[in-house]
Amino acid sequence: MTGDFLEILLSAGFWAATIRIVSPLIFGTLGELICERAGVLNLGIEGIMTMGAMAGWMWVFQGGDLWGGIVFAAFIGALFGLFHASFTVYLGLSQHVTGIGITLFASSLSYYVFRMLLPNATTPPKIVPFQPYAIPGLSDIPVIGEALFSQTPLTYLALLSVPAVWYVLERTPLGLAVRMAGENPVAVESQGIDVLAVRTGAVMVGSAFMAIGGAFITMSAFDAFYFGMINGRGWICVALVIFASWRPGKALLGALLFAGLDALQVRAQQLAGAQIPYQFFLMAPYVLSIAAMVVMSRRASYPKALLVPFRRGDRV
Amino acid sequence: MTEKSVSVMPLLSFRGITKRFGPLVANDAISLDLNQGEVLALLGENGAGKTTLMNILFGHYMAEEGEILVDGAPLPPGSTDAAIQAGIGMVHQHFTLAENLTVLENITLGTEPLFAWRRDIGAARAKIARMADEYGLHADPDKPVGALSVGERQRVEILKALYRDARILILDEPTAVLTPQESDSLFETLRKLTSKGLAVIFISHKLNEILSHTDRVVVLRRGAVAGTVTTSDADRASLAHMMVGAEVNRPKATAMTPGDTVLRLTHVACRSDSEAQSLKDVSLEIRAHEIIGLAGVAGNGQRTLANLLSGLIAVDGGTVEILGATGVADPTELVRRGVGRIPEDRHATGVVGEMPLWENLISEDRRGAEIARGGFIIDKGRAVERTKRLIEEFDIRCEGPEAETRLLSGGNMQKLILARVLSRGPRFILANQPVRGLDEGAIAYVQNRLLQARTAGAGILLISEDLDELFALSDRIAVMYHGRLTPPQNTADLSVGDVGLLMSGQEPEAAHAH
Amino acid sequence: MRIETRQDIALWRVILAPVLAVLASLALGAGLIIWAGEPVLASYWALLKGSLGSRFALNETLTRSTPLIFTGLAVAVAFRAKFYNIGAEGQLYCGALAATFLGTGMISLPPYLMIPILMLAGAMAGGAVLIVPVLLKTHMKVDEVVTTLLLNFIILLVVGYLLEGPWKDPMSLGWPQAAPIVDEGIWPPLLAKGRLHLGFIFALVAAVLAWALMRFTIWGYEIRAVGLNASAAGFAGIGVNATVIRTALISGGLAGLAGVSEVAGLKGYLTLDLSPGFGYAGIAVAMLAQLHPLGVILSAFFISAVYVGADAMSRSTDIPTYIADVLVGLSVLTILVSVMLTRYRIRWS
Repeated sequence: MTGDFLEILLSAGFWAATIRIVSPLIFGTLGELICERAGVLNLGIEGIMTMGAMAGWMWVFQGGDLWGGIVFAAFIGALFGLFHASFTVYLGLSQHVTGIGITLFASSLSYYVFRMLLPNATTPPKIVPFQPYAIPGLSDIPVIGEALFSQTPLTYLALLSVPAVWYVLERTPLGLAVRMAGENPVAVESQGIDVLAVRTGAVMVGSAFMAIGGAFITMSAFDAFYFGMINGRGWICVALVIFASWRPGKALLGALLFAGLDALQVRAQQLAGAQIPYQFFLMAPYVLSIAAMVVMSRRASYPKALLVPFRRGDRV
Repeated sequence: MTEKSVSVMPLLSFRGITKRFGPLVANDAISLDLNQGEVLALLGENGAGKTTLMNILFGHYMAEEGEILVDGAPLPPGSTDAAIQAGIGMVHQHFTLAENLTVLENITLGTEPLFAWRRDIGAARAKIARMADEYGLHADPDKPVGALSVGERQRVEILKALYRDARILILDEPTAVLTPQESDSLFETLRKLTSKGLAVIFISHKLNEILSHTDRVVVLRRGAVAGTVTTSDADRASLAHMMVGAEVNRPKATAMTPGDTVLRLTHVACRSDSEAQSLKDVSLEIRAHEIIGLAGVAGNGQRTLANLLSGLIAVDGGTVEILGATGVADPTELVRRGVGRIPEDRHATGVVGEMPLWENLISEDRRGAEIARGGFIIDKGRAVERTKRLIEEFDIRCEGPEAETRLLSGGNMQKLILARVLSRGPRFILANQPVRGLDEGAIAYVQNRLLQARTAGAGILLISEDLDELFALSDRIAVMYHGRLTPPQNTADLSVGDVGLLMSGQEPEAAHAH
Repeated sequence: MRIETRQDIALWRVILAPVLAVLASLALGAGLIIWAGEPVLASYWALLKGSLGSRFALNETLTRSTPLIFTGLAVAVAFRAKFYNIGAEGQLYCGALAATFLGTGMISLPPYLMIPILMLAGAMAGGAVLIVPVLLKTHMKVDEVVTTLLLNFIILLVVGYLLEGPWKDPMSLGWPQAAPIVDEGIWPPLLAKGRLHLGFIFALVAAVLAWALMRFTIWGYEIRAVGLNASAAGFAGIGVNATVIRTALISGGLAGLAGVSEVAGLKGYLTLDLSPGFGYAGIAVAMLAQLHPLGVILSAFFISAVYVGADAMSRSTDIPTYIADVLVGLSVLTILVSVMLTRYRIRWS
């Protein structure tokens, strides 16, 4: 048994699967992280990912090209972000309830739109998804090459997003304003920067990331749109943000750890054969997510103004 | 003191500013000038219109009438940015700093174009170092603000304004959180700034500070300018009279013979789970008919002590004996024993704003025999009856027992809490900042009620940041510093300066010896 | 734009809020109907007729409102204490599991004992689901939204495992379903025709009890105080953690009853598609009711009518049935705004 696991851990296939699984999680987790660093919990993530999965796929199915589909999904995601922000940022309504409402609305709307455009589809129709692109040279490195450098372009985009988001948050004036909006919005407002605009922008960008994460699933991991295919990935991303203590680098690590265990679970399932029911393997990601939140709960230093709406003229 | 040039034109002037909120006139045709190189005090009670005026200056509110001129040029209304561009900087009473971010990040926010590709951290570091040398304002740029003391944070706030080349600095109640000695060093800094040509508006209601550290005083009363005087021509009485519009008659305690012990703390240690200061080896005895004043700069353990005596947290060492029984960690039991608790923040912990008055009046004895029928059903009839009686007795201005509590004014909300506490005839009262943020009328009412309770036999622990209040009401005063408590001394034997030294952790005798 | 607090909240505004929210949702939904190329009013008329237009339709609407009342109450009670239980779906299944465990032959009792025992078991199972999330919240500050949501997925997998494995009914011809509840445990129908069963009465009783609890009792007072201002409640001596835990158990119990109701009242046996999202729709029910237990009855009836009517409407038009889920999701959002307008005034300047 131990030998089998070692073999799995050393196989390029396992690592390639890990990287595949991690890509949508990276997008979703970064998206949630951006929203929360600006002080807004976005529980619309599950619905926005569903929307992105449907929108991007539908764009391609209707004849658009793949990158156009990604841009379209991001645009739709940003629209839902604007929707979320008008409620939570401008009207200061409950972020919990708004997020759940957005999720219910966006998921059902995705299904409605899908049914409207494809009323008679019994078996889900397929598109030609993103193909793996082997980076010349790098992909020839044993194990790592196959795992890391023979992925689809969307995976490379996910991996590059991590340093990009880190850079913007830590090294640019805009990123400082976003972080400050999540820590002390009054400080932002007193410097003549529009807190509401900063938060809205962050929620829109974050939601666009989430939608791309959804689109990855229908346009890179699979080639079709199924009902319920996001299957809690959004909620897992919310847990991962907590696990990562709101830091992009740690988010990547957490997502990798998580995806690795998930990939391991799939292979273990094959090893275990019929001895352990498959449902228990499928449970692993959800149980892990809860465990991750518990582990980090004591150490987490969350953005101080998370969940706190800002109203102009407050305490100034 | 402006050796360089005496400009004829005021640096900043308000011309006939009027702002209304519904029927309330918050600012009534306010005009005032600020000259280069001066420290101008803006004096007024809570609700006199100081905050509204500053909000208009910074564009948070729009005035209905009037205009603001900087260097003779009108300031565009409704724009924070315009105010900052015009060289106006504000240090708020509640600091606008992010604790998780560094000093440098807090200072540089908003000083660069938002959509630049990178923050110029090197240049910022150099400029902060330069300012530190020039004004004597030192702060480690890479430390998170959360790791700084209150005084250091205030320094960061001032640096923040100076970093934007502010020529006008506005400080809103800046000494409320400082020891008298820290305040002195702040005034030194302000002198340094004005000597370099800056002008300062100093918002306060502490007459002593204003008299000794400002050049001119503008007094606001009920939204209008009640008078403008040169500080050297003013005295306490005249300023107080201008501020309140009548003789100020705050109550004063008269001597009484102490009775039995109501509270005894013996070597109490108490760790605090939050950011509040822990208690170390605190001993204290309070007897009936006695008010012990507790002085100290905010954050030195007063809150932990208050939480302990309110029954919210447990002791880690030593013993707490209240009204003859030991052990404290249960508010309901404490109230039943005869403890009255007036919390520090009436909005946040005193009342549930969205509940009606009658529900807030039963919150502490809701499971008691009078209110809980069969231990489970609330007897609303009795609760409303009680509320009607207390509204009458404590002169609470409201629409009735069913009115939402959040709609009460600060003074009436405090009266509601007093009604809840005092109607039970408590024998030990914890009064934590009982008059904070109230107007003179309400202050006198609350203090008189506390003195009546003392006469009736209660022992009172009065926690306050207002030394005047402590000296007027306390039989003895103790000082809290870094979680330790000095032995209480008779108020008559103490001076404000002595208490100030104790508040900064020094022994008065030792200080005198040097 | 400036948001101002209203000095007093007129009762008519409170009552008007859900009406406005429903109208707004329907108006937004109209866009989707137009897109489907159908006439808006006629389609909504078909929805209305399909849900209330006949004795059969009304019976079906009341039948479907039964679990929605339970899950709506579960959410309403929990949200009052600001405990965001989004796991009513999972708790429903756990209630159903408990009823199936005891009710398929494990014990044998007369109906007047069997029915209450199955209900008690279901409520306890539903409440038990929340023990971990609520303790994580009160003792480790782990957000309950995410834990309760994730538990939904875990519980559904457990149900799937049981129905495909140890609990699979050998008589079910290969379908993943459990053995039927014994006759003594089955809730009798209320009418000769249609599927409406005793559970509807139980649901109404539960709503009245929940209302009385919140309004007249110390527990209700404490739940409301904790939800509105936990720090003031704690200062007054209300055990905040104890109250939140108690609320969670009540909430989970109510959701568990929804599962018992579906198994013992409607279907007769447990399947994987026992609930088409009653737990999630319960959030819309509770929000539309502004967390008022009696209001839950009305809003559950409305949401149920939307589901039942949408089925009928989509049979006669080209509108996909998902319109119902869209309307439910929208109403969670519209009610937020319309309730806000009762408390605040928005000034445009």
